[in-house]
Amino acid sequence: MAENVVPRVRVPRDASAGDSVSVRTLISHPMESGLRRDGDGNPIPRQIINRFTCAFNGEMVVDVEIHPGVSTNPYFQFDAVVNETGSFEFTWYDDDGSVYTETADITVA
Amino acid sequence: MTQTRRQFVGTGLAVAAAFFGLPQLASAAELEEAIQAFTGGADMGGDGITLIAPEIAENGNTVPIEVDAPGAAAIMLLAAGNPQADVCTFNFGPAAGSHMASTRIRLAGEQEVVAIARMPDGSFKQARQNVRVTIGGCGG
Repeated sequence: MAENVVPRVRVPRDASAGDSVSVRTLISHPMESGLRRDGDGNPIPRQIINRFTCAFNGEMVVDVEIHPGVSTNPYFQFDAVVNETGSFEFTWYDDDGSVYTETADITVA
Repeated sequence: MTQTRRQFVGTGLAVAAAFFGLPQLASAAELEEAIQAFTGGADMGGDGITLIAPEIAENGNTVPIEVDAPGAAAIMLLAAGNPQADVCTFNFGPAAGSHMASTRIRLAGEQEVVAIARMPDGSFKQARQNVRVTIGGCGG
């Protein structure tokens, strides 16, 4: 497991029904591409987040397939429609099998 | 079959290059292959997709990219000048508010970034933008 993996998400605290809200996510992760070499010339094995998903009350918002071309500490911003009070579930899948999750609640008036 | 000394040395060098050489950059053929795998060779329109990328990126390690394709089911990002052309693919679900996404990507050097959107009706749209990179982002 990569060290110091901290997911961070930002969603508005409240919104009106039917609004499209902006969601920002960041996870601290080295995203080792597998192409770099250490000081002795040995390849450093690949370890990246290979998939990220976001769902709102179980309904899919976005599902991202990720390759090594995405930067260290992968950042994603997108929009989601909220029709009712509920929570966003965020999931990051690591190459080593680890799964990192985070949730964020939103109140819909 | 006998092998000449010259052949032997040549083969050895080729094998050594394959093992120890720098990561090779994706060729135009690899880009075409990735596009073919995504679109199945369908024609691509140019309207209805916006790719926002900086003209000059100072640091190739984190280049901010934004894509917007109203109504798209999925958007694929490609960078042909990287060791691997694939960057990421966004698949939008029913709760997506708009069909835009922004992220930060790595670029090995000056190159064209390609975005291809798959529409629900099976058609495809693409946008390309050239990005100049001051410091390459693939280390090594």
